[in-house]
Amino acid sequence: MNDIFADVEPMVFKSGINVPYTWWTGETAGAFFISIRDEKKIMGRRCMKCNKTYVPPRKVCPVCFQDGMEWVEVSPEGVLESFTIVRRQLASLPRKVPVVFGLVKLDGADTSVLHYVEVADHRKIKIGMRLKAIFCDDRNGTIHDIACFAPTE
Amino acid sequence: MDRAAVIGIGITKIESNKVKETFADMVWEAVNKALSDAKMTIDDIDNVITTSNDFWDGRTISCMAVGDASGARHKNVSCVEGDGTFGAFYGLARVLSGSYGTTLVTAHSKGSESISSLITNAAFDPIYDRALGMDMVSACALQAAAYVHRTGTTPEQMAMVSVKNHGNAKYNPLSQLPMDITVEDVLESEMISDPLHKLDCSPVSDGCCAVIIANEKRASQYGGVPVWIKGVAFCADSYFLGDREISKAVALTKAAKKAFSMARIADPLSEIDVAEVYDAFTYQELMWLEAIGLCEDGKAGINLEKGYYGIKGKLPVNPSGGLLSGHPVIAGGLIRIAEIVKQLRGEAGGYQIAGAKKGIAHGVNGLCGQSHCIWILDGEK
Amino acid sequence: MPKKRVAIVGTGQTYHKSHRPDVNGQELINEAVQRALKDADLTIKDIDAVVIGNMDHFEGINYVDCWSVDGSGGTMKPVIKLTTGGTTGSTLAIGGYHLVASGFFERVLIIGWEKNSESDTTGAITTAFDPVWDRLVFAGAISGLAAEAQAYMAKYGATEKDAARVSVRDRKHACNNPHAQLRREITIEDVLASPMLADPIHLLDVCPRTDGACAVIMASEDCAEKITATPDWIWATANRHKYTYLGDVNWGELDSIAEASGEIYKKAGIREPRKEIDVIELYQPYSFAGIIWIEDLGIVERGKGAEYIASGATDMGGELPINPSGGVIACNPIGATGLIRCAEAALQVMGKAEARQVPDVNFALSTGFGGCMWSDVLLHGKKKPDF
Repeated sequence: MNDIFADVEPMVFKSGINVPYTWWTGETAGAFFISIRDEKKIMGRRCMKCNKTYVPPRKVCPVCFQDGMEWVEVSPEGVLESFTIVRRQLASLPRKVPVVFGLVKLDGADTSVLHYVEVADHRKIKIGMRLKAIFCDDRNGTIHDIACFAPTE
Repeated sequence: MDRAAVIGIGITKIESNKVKETFADMVWEAVNKALSDAKMTIDDIDNVITTSNDFWDGRTISCMAVGDASGARHKNVSCVEGDGTFGAFYGLARVLSGSYGTTLVTAHSKGSESISSLITNAAFDPIYDRALGMDMVSACALQAAAYVHRTGTTPEQMAMVSVKNHGNAKYNPLSQLPMDITVEDVLESEMISDPLHKLDCSPVSDGCCAVIIANEKRASQYGGVPVWIKGVAFCADSYFLGDREISKAVALTKAAKKAFSMARIADPLSEIDVAEVYDAFTYQELMWLEAIGLCEDGKAGINLEKGYYGIKGKLPVNPSGGLLSGHPVIAGGLIRIAEIVKQLRGEAGGYQIAGAKKGIAHGVNGLCGQSHCIWILDGEK
Repeated sequence: MPKKRVAIVGTGQTYHKSHRPDVNGQELINEAVQRALKDADLTIKDIDAVVIGNMDHFEGINYVDCWSVDGSGGTMKPVIKLTTGGTTGSTLAIGGYHLVASGFFERVLIIGWEKNSESDTTGAITTAFDPVWDRLVFAGAISGLAAEAQAYMAKYGATEKDAARVSVRDRKHACNNPHAQLRREITIEDVLASPMLADPIHLLDVCPRTDGACAVIMASEDCAEKITATPDWIWATANRHKYTYLGDVNWGELDSIAEASGEIYKKAGIREPRKEIDVIELYQPYSFAGIIWIEDLGIVERGKGAEYIASGATDMGGELPINPSGGVIACNPIGATGLIRCAEAALQVMGKAEARQVPDVNFALSTGFGGCMWSDVLLHGKKKPDF
């Protein structure tokens, strides 16, 4: 059956789908971004049942599955749990390589945040090193209000 | 669990770009191969489960593209969005429920039709993470770094997975990348994102797989060779990478325990003869073997060095060449099931593991192996 | 003969609205889940598996079942996603049924949700259709429905006024449903005066766009009666997702629902659906469907749908009430909508439907619609099936 197509040149139709999105952050994430934008404070939420502090914050504790939570400020400093240095210009990257991603567990939080890590000499980046959040001067209420995490020196 | 079996399998060749074929063409090929393998016609199929992903296919209701090709016009049909192992689980549940005696399960994707980095970036939370621009490769690099840090697995041990699997692929005519490479070749290949070199990563491919699942009664009705399903389970970890201990796969451990318990296997290492696990990246083969309990935590790299996981080894892993040799997303896990079926029937040709009686097939869904589905198959009832 | 018979033991819904800016998707899901757990008097620990679905391109999140575990309660549990377009909600109900009936799980949490406010609904739906043959000339879901309405009107003489009567019915019913999005009565004149979208369909003939979530808990016969004194037994499920290309469709009738319901009636021994079914939650995305599809369901003869509806037979208090919840015209969070039909049918059987309760419900039907004129059907019953 495939023989009848043997001489047919395959046609390729190029297109893209265009579906614009506007995601509601919800009040919990909203409060997180507002406190970074307005006060340069990083807020987590602690479950009053299991005492786990989530950063980014959650409305409901995913483990206890209940919404008795309270806001706690966590430190802008913490420990690097893992990192990778991206060297190929992957299509998803908004900036030029090399780009360093890291998971940083801030003091006071029980979960880590994903963000950029900036260290002048990449050979000095080590799991376990201490980093601190560098806030942008111009902040708009997104994750980019934190420019990156850099060594505490 | 009541007895049920895989009675037919069909896999297309895995290629980087099936430019002549649509999704429906691939499914048509895989379905016909499976029906022929099972000595059945489409009328013997009681219901259909297709597996696809709307993002990868660039199509909302991606299952619509393959309804006709999977023979679903006048049948009960559903669609799982996730790896093919999950689609097969639902297909199995539909047989065990008593509603249907046979289920045809398909899984497909054409990685060539999209920019994979953007597709996997869309898996990131749009509120906190996505704008940073991570994708599956960089996320798995982050996981690999954590795994290597915790276990001391070396770049050479990771590279050996690639050498082994591309080498195994030479005997698998359906694989995309059969290659004779060395550890040096891997370590000298482009560093994409530390510690993953290009040859530590699977390609993103086009391919499709179909399997037919039957209850005990129907399994012997058509003259094909049944392979029995002894245990199966799936489990999802937390979502945010920062919520998880990403150097471990606790969800896989939980699912594996449940599956082994169903299969009444107390000592997996002594009973499992062959495994096809989801090696999207070299470190993952090692990490999943440990999490499943086929290997002591942190020791998979050392075992690999000793030759345990080669075709002639104690526990051959990915004798088909695995995903490193050809990775159609979504179909990936279903192909693992089909490959184990081949092994347990003695039909794996040049990469046959002699005397294989019991095998494990494994699939993954989500970022950095958030969700796992594990199957335990037996050549004997 | 199912391995285990299955019943719905609890349901939960959000109060559906056009926009829910106060919550993100997984928080929305959590509201419905918490309500369903409360309704069944269970905790998340009692749930053995989560089946969840939406239409990805409405929220723009890939592997969204993995993303939403915080809200769905799926952390460290089996989580599986089913998605089939508009039929997703009913597909999920059917999925939950089989997962329990198989004996794999005793209590399964089924979740359908959508945050339509976050995306361009028509832009996303258009991508459902084949990019080479159909997509470039397709104008969103409404164009297919208009084709159906035109074909039916040409054959059987129904009018826009007949269809408007269906909208009037459902919008009135919605006033009894605190979860429905649109809770204001309308008149036939209102419908006919509303803007024409695609001839003959006016704005008030069709469903809105909604943010909402629904959760349903199904349990095996081994524990269902311990969980609730009034379980809603799932007697049968069937579906047909027949077409891939718009040009293949039989316009003017919904053969998918005819085939699927035929299969169900046969399995359950139902000979006269009009007499034996007490209430229908029909996934009716636009008014004409209310006329056409009850004929395909075998409630009335072909061509008699408009007359039956005009008689008041399908209103509350009538012979066979349809959409006591207000249906899809009053509320449409797409991935949830089919599951809401299932939940509402369950509430009817369980006697928990409050102001929208139909008296003495023995059998209820819930349906799903979507894709390329696809249909799902479930039969709910008060008595435990004897097969």
